[in-house]
Amino acid sequence: MATGSLATKVRRQNTIAVIDMSGEINALAEESLNGAYTEATEANPSAVLLNFAEVGYINSTGIALIVGVLMKARESATSIAACGLSDHFAEIFRITRLSDYMPIYPNEDTATQSFASGQ
Amino acid sequence: MWQALVGSNGRSDAPVDTIEDIVSQHSVVEAVDIAPNDPIVGYFQTVNNVVEIDKLTLDSPAVQALREAGVKIAVPLLSQGELIGLLNLGPRLSEQEYSTDDRRLLSNLATQAAPAVRVAQLARQQQSEAQARERIEQELRVASVIQQTLLPQSVPEIEDWEMRAFYKPAREVGGDFYDFLELAGGKLGVVVGDVTDKGVPAALVMATTRGILRAASERSESPGAVLRKVNDMLYPDIPAKMFVTCLYAIVDTTTGKIHYANAGHDLPYRRTETGIDELRATGMPLGLMPGMEYEEREVTLAPGESVLLYSDGLVEAHNETREMYGFPRLKGLVATHEGGASLIDALLSDLTKFTGPDLEQEDDVTLVTIRRTVSKSEANPMPTLDAKTEFKSLDEFLVQSQPGNERQAMERVADAVKNLDLPTARLEKLKTAVAEGTMNAMEHGNKYDADTPVSIVVAASEAAVSVKIIDSGGVEEADKSSDAETPDLVAKLAGLQSPRGWGLFLIKEMVDEFKTTSDDKHHNIELIMNLGGGEDGNR
Repeated sequence: MATGSLATKVRRQNTIAVIDMSGEINALAEESLNGAYTEATEANPSAVLLNFAEVGYINSTGIALIVGVLMKARESATSIAACGLSDHFAEIFRITRLSDYMPIYPNEDTATQSFASGQ
Repeated sequence: MWQALVGSNGRSDAPVDTIEDIVSQHSVVEAVDIAPNDPIVGYFQTVNNVVEIDKLTLDSPAVQALREAGVKIAVPLLSQGELIGLLNLGPRLSEQEYSTDDRRLLSNLATQAAPAVRVAQLARQQQSEAQARERIEQELRVASVIQQTLLPQSVPEIEDWEMRAFYKPAREVGGDFYDFLELAGGKLGVVVGDVTDKGVPAALVMATTRGILRAASERSESPGAVLRKVNDMLYPDIPAKMFVTCLYAIVDTTTGKIHYANAGHDLPYRRTETGIDELRATGMPLGLMPGMEYEEREVTLAPGESVLLYSDGLVEAHNETREMYGFPRLKGLVATHEGGASLIDALLSDLTKFTGPDLEQEDDVTLVTIRRTVSKSEANPMPTLDAKTEFKSLDEFLVQSQPGNERQAMERVADAVKNLDLPTARLEKLKTAVAEGTMNAMEHGNKYDADTPVSIVVAASEAAVSVKIIDSGGVEEADKSSDAETPDLVAKLAGLQSPRGWGLFLIKEMVDEFKTTSDDKHHNIELIMNLGGGEDGNR
């Protein structure tokens, strides 16, 4: 999907659904992000991995959208994690405590290894 | 030899003289006037040959007149089917009838003479038109000189003040005006006005208005009363559909107080330390309706602050694609120039850049700036202020209140501080704080109104960077935003709080110090980021 400021692509990595995002997560990204999450969870993946590697900007509205996605994941008891965040946005995830509910991995490989070993 | 008699067809560009000049200076007997609607005109246009007047049976006053003048035969001179003159001949001196050869000769002569006569007519017509044009141009030049004398020949020189003015009419004369009036008690009256319409009519009304205003200003210290008086005196004399917009300000050059009233003129901009505001006061344009009242307002100009008065010729100028120069551009330049000559120069060069050098000026342009300069005693800061705590401006700019524009603000601030060696992590934090602060200002303070920009001032001392973000929300909006609850992710996930509301929290977390101030018009946040230190200074 590529509406608004954020382009998303959903792909399967074994039992994990990876959402690759590129662009900006702001008010315009709502449809794109929520659509991708719905698509990613259709086939009941073991976990959803949000890949922020190509995301250059997240603002406070974007944080609210990610909180929304986290809420949905918790309602359906789906594991969710993040990877590819820059140091700055990883810090923001820490300050907002998003990282308490959404483990942060440096990249996709470390995330999938962790899923494979831990769950 | 023939006797030549020349008739006129009665038009204003009568060919009678021309034919005299060209055909014959010999024995002109008498001019005959031919009315344009006389049937003979149509007849001559169709025959295109020698006509024997005695044989004509037309019911025509001209034929009668020609007979009485002794004309025997007439030869029409035709140019492109239009009758431009007649060759009229009386009886032959030999008293014989005109022969066939005579007629042929006359007919040939008429055919050759007609184009020459036409050329001569046109040349003369052009000459007289050129003379008329030259006379009008000369009169306009004189009018322009007279109008220039009605404008101040110099700007007042007052200690601790800088006054500058610019005036350029769209034509030789214009309807804009400005004036500086020396008033009692060391006060200065400043006037900027704009008469509807352009050119001579506007210039005449401008001269009248200026005279009435000068007289009224001597009798009253109240700008509202002066405008009321001018309106009542102008109303009976001003032509219908014309009126005058006018701003009148009285400046107390000792205290910096500006007392002003406005008759429907574009609102002046005041530039202060915290941003740009408009000097509002309500009032109808002069000359529209009698008995109008004019609201009076007062502001104080602190040292370093300035006011720009201007006419609509600047903001309403168009470029080649019919886009208007507009208020946001003007406001942007006011924000980035301290006033005085530098502001006027910047406005004029920006206007030329906008319209292109070859586009004809549409309307009169008038600019007047009043700046209270920092006096010498104030310019030297107290010795206790050292370089560590003194902030110097790095950049000042405006951001149009439109979704997404916080990115511009963020990048421009990053650019302004690029030489300060902020560690990357702290620069990123400052950028996020600026983006969130700008978003709040555009959304809550300015309601995403594209004409109300957010003003941003970046400054630095040796110890810290300061970014001020100013919107037009005022105290009320500021209270709302400061009341916002601290976001709690646990509460949000439990549905007890909205997922939103992270902006202010992020700003406070990102910078070392966060201050807010508000007055009735503006909300001002200041972000302070210490240089060289901080827990993540080494990242």
